[in-house]
Amino acid sequence: MNSRVANKIATGVFTAIAAIIIFVLVGLLSYILYRGFGKLTLDFLTSPSSDFQAGGGIGNQLFNSFYILLITMMIAVPLGLGGGIYMAEYAKPGKITDFIRSCIEVLASLPSIVIGMFGMLIFVNLTGWGYTIFSGALALTIFNLPVLVRVCEDAIRSVPRDQKEASLALGITHWHTIKTVLIPSAFPTILTGVILASGRVFGEAAALLFTAGLTTPRLDFSNWNPFDETSPLNIFRPAETLAVHIWKVNTQGLIPDVQEVADGSSAVLILSVLLFNLLARWIGSLVHKKLTAAK
Amino acid sequence: MNIKKIMLFALTLTMLLLASACGNKDAQGNSQNKNNGAKEEQGSGSIVVSGSSAMQPLAAAAAEQFMQKNTKADIQVQAGGSGTGLSQVSEGSVQIGNSDVFAEEKEGINAKDLVDHKIAVVGITAAVNPDVGIKDISKKDLIKVFSGKIKNWKELGGKDQKITLVNRPDSSGTRSVFVKYGLNGAKTAEGVTEDSSNTVKKIISETPGAIGYLALSYLNDDKVVGLSIDGVEPKEENVINGKFPIWAYEHSYTKGEPKGLAKQFLDYLMSDEVQNGVVAKQGYIPVSKMKVERNAEGKISNVK
Amino acid sequence: MAKEFSTASERLLKKSNRAALKMEMRGKSIVLISAILIIAATISITIFLGTKGLQSFLVNGINAVEFLTGTVWDMGKDGGNGPSYGALPFIFGSFAVTFLSALIAAPLGIGGAIFMTEIAPSWGRKILQPVIELLVGIPSVVYGFIGLTVLVPFVRNHVGGQGFSLLSGMIVLSVMILPTVTSIATDTLRSLPGGLRESSYALGATRWQTIYRVLVPAALPGLLTAIVLGMARAFGEALAVQMVIGNTKELPSSLLDSAGTLTTIITLNMGHTTYGSVENNALWSLALILLIMSFIFILIIRYLSSRRQYR
Repeated sequence: MNSRVANKIATGVFTAIAAIIIFVLVGLLSYILYRGFGKLTLDFLTSPSSDFQAGGGIGNQLFNSFYILLITMMIAVPLGLGGGIYMAEYAKPGKITDFIRSCIEVLASLPSIVIGMFGMLIFVNLTGWGYTIFSGALALTIFNLPVLVRVCEDAIRSVPRDQKEASLALGITHWHTIKTVLIPSAFPTILTGVILASGRVFGEAAALLFTAGLTTPRLDFSNWNPFDETSPLNIFRPAETLAVHIWKVNTQGLIPDVQEVADGSSAVLILSVLLFNLLARWIGSLVHKKLTAAK
Repeated sequence: MNIKKIMLFALTLTMLLLASACGNKDAQGNSQNKNNGAKEEQGSGSIVVSGSSAMQPLAAAAAEQFMQKNTKADIQVQAGGSGTGLSQVSEGSVQIGNSDVFAEEKEGINAKDLVDHKIAVVGITAAVNPDVGIKDISKKDLIKVFSGKIKNWKELGGKDQKITLVNRPDSSGTRSVFVKYGLNGAKTAEGVTEDSSNTVKKIISETPGAIGYLALSYLNDDKVVGLSIDGVEPKEENVINGKFPIWAYEHSYTKGEPKGLAKQFLDYLMSDEVQNGVVAKQGYIPVSKMKVERNAEGKISNVK
Repeated sequence: MAKEFSTASERLLKKSNRAALKMEMRGKSIVLISAILIIAATISITIFLGTKGLQSFLVNGINAVEFLTGTVWDMGKDGGNGPSYGALPFIFGSFAVTFLSALIAAPLGIGGAIFMTEIAPSWGRKILQPVIELLVGIPSVVYGFIGLTVLVPFVRNHVGGQGFSLLSGMIVLSVMILPTVTSIATDTLRSLPGGLRESSYALGATRWQTIYRVLVPAALPGLLTAIVLGMARAFGEALAVQMVIGNTKELPSSLLDSAGTLTTIITLNMGHTTYGSVENNALWSLALILLIMSFIFILIIRYLSSRRQYR
């Protein structure tokens, strides 16, 4: 075959593949949004779900999703940052560093259901907490930690070397350099990474099935004392998140309007993930502009 | 940008949470003790109910009503499956464990420690796609269908359609009841396996030639046809008088005799208000109406 | 940790005052704790799942070989021959959906990556890149839900069978792992030294010749890593697959048959079984298999990355 013809055919094939990928995404998104859009009323978003009647909302689930995300990030971000700093700045090449890297790899490739089962074993049964937001958040921390460590490590490593060396040359200690030079300049990259990781956590269900549970107790949204049983802020209560809710209504649910609830919930999930994505991009470009303008 | 502060904050937070966890437990214990001693009229304190996903809506709805009357009481209803519920109640980590099978039927549970409270009855029957053209089946044929010996509805006088089985997971209570009383314990052939009655109903109604098993409350429209077995229609009154064989209790188990709030809540579940209210509304048969009863070995006797 | 002072900072440290030293130590211990926690989490997951997963063999006396090769998974509830735990159908199901979905996702993902890096870099970066990132972010339950409401009826009406099938599982998974494969493949291709391309073009090669004679061979270990990572994700996916695959316990004989995977049997039965019972322990053994498989995937990736020429 003529090499030029082959070249043309190949270009055509690759373009077609790209088109397929875009088509799949656009198809998926528009299908979900089209189906769910009608459901996105304020009432649906704020009213509590029903276990057996039609017409339930997703208010509690939506709150739970964001709350678990918040708790997870409060635990995972400091740990991820610490791990990232260690790997980027303190780890010396050698067996221990290799071992930590292997551990990160193992954690990253663990199926989320395995993490969920481990969470059930430790955070639910061994501690005797039962299904709680805190157990779920700890499981999600394990799920999320490798990503965050990698994000932070890369971000710190990508800070120009001369910046760090200049600081060290001024006689500033290593830790102080990290605190005052490296982290501030790596901050935008870290933030973008954290937001993208949040999107992943937000949609995670398998790790939460056995840790945060499938139910939400009665919540009193006027009670903001985190130590009170009915307070939404209580982290020792079970909490069903939006993603878990979609799975539950489809596979175990008793409500007759499964389709509607799942349609609406999927649309909310997708919109939230979209929002996380846009936010990450926006912050990224904003900071980029600021940095380049300052130079 | 002070990492140390962030870390410290996270650490303190964790500590705080741990402390509050312990605190919560203490509070729980105390309120229960108080309850036992004082025997107040108003229910108060807090209990956790766990177990069967199918029973969760029932328990949750009843708990909601109960808490409206007894504003000091807090009843948390969780789901996680019958096995989880029974494990948790025998460990003592929850006060009431819901199950759709007798505790004796679950391995690894010391049933002697547990006290059974039968809350409701659910009738189950084989359900088929309406196109199949069959409304009545003998138990013998039903066993043959589910064990895969009959493969086409034609053989039973229905349409020329291949039989498709819709199963439940091995460990499901609905499955064990159906197999025990509908199929006399025969081994079932393989088929699509789904956990939820809704999904099962949907599959049956959409797949030509499909057969599965559903609780009677799911047979309220013409999307699926509930089969009569040996000429007995799958109706509530036939379950009540013991003519229709496939039915099961919904159990609430407590470790030892229930005390305090758990007892009050269980009493409330057995009251006419719940039995004729929530129980009936969710498609269960009130246990108080039953003219026959069954023990863990499956022996049927008349209610005295 | 070794005590010698090797980095510039630490040499400087010797000279600095005691307060700074103290801060330095505190900072170091904070990050060290994070690192230790990572190790602790990994080790405890391995140990706990290991011991729990081995109980069915050690305590309940299930034969490990039979467990891996038996084809009958029966908790002994339906009569028959009593309990028998043969996980082969699920192991097979997991591998089948994994390989089949990789078969679809690999050419699409690598093709997309080539398009993005070689054919239309500016356009690709602007449109395809965000598309891929969005696809990564779509939660797996949403994939499962769409599979259940769109794909399953479609397969039933237009392809055959009941719709709940290996085929549905494979399609859902391939869409799910497509972004993983694409983004890693893109990174690999981008990291190839530009000189490779330029010299190939300078020799008069067409773009296609450059791609398949020069770039793909040079990036092969990285591209394979992309596929393996995608497979690792497919292997461990639970909920999306459970919603579309039909969850039978038999070996499927065709693409249109229902099947089950290691993850689906766990999610379906976990709540119904009681802790410590044989059936529950058997499920933990399945989880152990999942864990071991993810170790194996890592070993493969390590092997591949050791063969990478360009990083």
